[in-house]
Amino acid sequence: MTDNIIEFRDFGFQYKAQQSPTLYDINFAVKKGEKVLIAGPSGCGKSTMVHCMNGLIPFSYNGTMTGSVTIAGKETKDASLFEISHTVGTVLQDSDAQFVGMTVAEDIAFALENDCIPQPEMKERVKQVAKMVNIGDFLSHAPSEVSGGQKQRVSVAGVLVDDVDVLLFDEPLANLDPATGKQAIELIDEMQKQTGAAVIIIEHRIEDVLHCPVDRVVLMNEGRIVVDTSSDKLLSGDYLERCGVREPLYVTALRYAGVEITPEKHPSNLETFALTDEEKEKVHQWFKEVPSAVQQPSADYMLQVAGVEFGYEKMMTSVLHDISVDVRRGEMLAIVGTNGAGKSTFSKVVCGFEEPTKGSITFCGEVFSTYSIKERAEHVGYVMQNPNAMISQVMIYDEVAFGLKNRGIPQDEIDRRVEEALRVCGLWRMRKWPISALSFGQKKRVTIASILVLGPEMIILDEPTAGQDYKHYTDIMEFLLELHAKGITIVMITHDMHLMLEYATRAVVFSHGRVIADDTPAHILTNPQIIEEASLKETSLYHLAMKCNLKDPTAFVQRFIDYERNTARHDESV
Amino acid sequence: MTNLFNYIERKSAIHNLTGATKLICLMLWSFAAMGTYDTRYLAVLSLLSMVLFKIGHIRIKDVSFMLGFTAVFLLLNTVLVYLFSPLHGTEIYGTTTYLTAYHGYFAPTAEQLFYHLNYWLKYLATIPIILLFVCTTNPSEFAASLNRIGVSYSVAYSVALALRYIPDVQHQYYEISKASQARGVEMSKKESLVHRLKAASAILVPLILTSMSRIEVISNAMELRGFGKNKKRTWYMERPFRVWDYLCMVICVGLLAITLVLNHVNGGRFYNPFQ
Repeated sequence: MTDNIIEFRDFGFQYKAQQSPTLYDINFAVKKGEKVLIAGPSGCGKSTMVHCMNGLIPFSYNGTMTGSVTIAGKETKDASLFEISHTVGTVLQDSDAQFVGMTVAEDIAFALENDCIPQPEMKERVKQVAKMVNIGDFLSHAPSEVSGGQKQRVSVAGVLVDDVDVLLFDEPLANLDPATGKQAIELIDEMQKQTGAAVIIIEHRIEDVLHCPVDRVVLMNEGRIVVDTSSDKLLSGDYLERCGVREPLYVTALRYAGVEITPEKHPSNLETFALTDEEKEKVHQWFKEVPSAVQQPSADYMLQVAGVEFGYEKMMTSVLHDISVDVRRGEMLAIVGTNGAGKSTFSKVVCGFEEPTKGSITFCGEVFSTYSIKERAEHVGYVMQNPNAMISQVMIYDEVAFGLKNRGIPQDEIDRRVEEALRVCGLWRMRKWPISALSFGQKKRVTIASILVLGPEMIILDEPTAGQDYKHYTDIMEFLLELHAKGITIVMITHDMHLMLEYATRAVVFSHGRVIADDTPAHILTNPQIIEEASLKETSLYHLAMKCNLKDPTAFVQRFIDYERNTARHDESV
Repeated sequence: MTNLFNYIERKSAIHNLTGATKLICLMLWSFAAMGTYDTRYLAVLSLLSMVLFKIGHIRIKDVSFMLGFTAVFLLLNTVLVYLFSPLHGTEIYGTTTYLTAYHGYFAPTAEQLFYHLNYWLKYLATIPIILLFVCTTNPSEFAASLNRIGVSYSVAYSVALALRYIPDVQHQYYEISKASQARGVEMSKKESLVHRLKAASAILVPLILTSMSRIEVISNAMELRGFGKNKKRTWYMERPFRVWDYLCMVICVGLLAITLVLNHVNGGRFYNPFQ
């Protein structure tokens, strides 16, 4: 009997409907009480690994397995899904979907109900676990009444209630704002210490997970394990870059400055990162040498929103208070803030989906409020977060032509405009394809094309990169940059700090229905007060600058962005 | 957004009954109302149902959409019945009392109008009770009590889950419909019916597709937490039957009994004031 709670030996898996295996030669074990991070780009097989560990493979998804997987010493194929669920508790990526109960308490109790635990005992256990994850005050609340972070606490409680030996987190950070994500990582750490369970985290946001130490990192790519090592060793090598996974920003910055990263320096945590004075001097030197890029914002106002108020009838409180935001022509603006801060509502008010109770909206000097939803869409396009929620046609061409057909535009003009939109979005080659054959990112392009074809001067995108790994994220964002270069003004609603830092020329921060900041991303992400209020997170570049005793950390962050934009990204595209 | 079909949490004597009691009472009540055309009894039931509605602390505003929908349906129904069999009342009551000088096929008769009155009363006696049931029954507790009266728990839970996701689906529908309006899908009354049906499909397709992918995730989430493992399960929200539960059921059995007695006394389902 070994002390391995999960063990893969020469394991491989191929889904029934697929041509080639998804996993090859997996040899990997997790000991009791260990904390392991499994990282890798989309499509590397991480999710399949999750399914193999929680029993959905082989019990819900069909396919061929080779080699062996044992959980607590037992081959999974000889166990049952329910037996495995007593050992391995899974917290799904989408905590909304995991929330099956009508209230917090019922959701936590779900596993107990299925185990036929008598009601009085069940109520007692639910209370205990809820207290453990600090959600005790919300027991009778409905899922729509709790925040994203609280939902995740409920998911964790719902798994902990079963006394599992392994906690499996499938992309725990995907739907959380930065500050809540940080708390989630701390919560995971705390739960591991309290319960002594092994923890496996599947994530591609390495910097955020490493906020709390992990024992090992397993990096996967194309169905194989690339490396299984300590986080310090991982960051010292070039593994991440080769697999298209983003390394922590401070590590990148240090590499730019010519500092060598070695395991002995403990690069996995900036606080414990041992930097010599000489190396700090290198950072100073780099900062001095890199030229700063000065950007002149255009003074040409496109959209002007002044004093807008809005509230839903049912709720007594208003969702937007006195919102005034100007968007200039040719800008790439980020709107950031927590879930429920009012960012999405703001864009809905702009597009006419909701009527503001007060305030004015003008577009290029015209009063926008008198326009219908349809008319506004010819000036401001809105792209929803989930492309599936926008697609109604079977073929790509028809989907893109849909909006024009509805407007009764002559066929030859439709053909011309659809061709143009498809070419801009790199979809012309696939115009005769069914949409079902496309990947998520390609579907997103289709929805953007179907909006662009209406000829808007400005588009608003709700979480354009949600759920995407670094490579696909970069693809989408580079595409948006191309559109931007063609003169389209872009507004992005996001809670991704990287996106805002790297791509936005300006950011507007929403908090509790108010605008609390309107500045460059570098200024915002180095201002502790705004960060605190809007539940954002300071960029690690700021901490690096502090660590190197730089006088102006904000300028350092700005310099890094400029450098990436001008040099690093340019190299990539060549 | 309108409240379509939803549990409304308030405190009332009716909220306090268990879901199973309410379901049984609903069925008994419906049978009682559907089983007779006795105008006097239907009037009493209608009045009673409105009183219960009040006791349940449900306001007209809460259910305005469903009420409107039913009214339109009922009106349509009445018109069609009149068009296709304007002599139905005469057939039932055996007399013909013309109300106007015109005596043709479509001439209004007192019998026909009386028949329609009874028909309306039937709806008036049942619709408030159905709405009351939906608005005062907590889906989880309802599932628990369905399970208790012998329905398999996976069926019972599916019902609860469906009710649980109605607000989500409604919300999604709203979002998708706005986004498609931006692309020129016109849902306003200005457009023809055919056009509007076509437009509705442009909203329903994405709605169904997004819901389908959610179902897969939810069913995985449920299985991973042991749903379906045992033949039985316990319920966090289960409530024991109390005196009031039994009392209500007895009263509703009584109501059904009255219907049966009336049918016997009237010599059929119809009360005939014309003879």
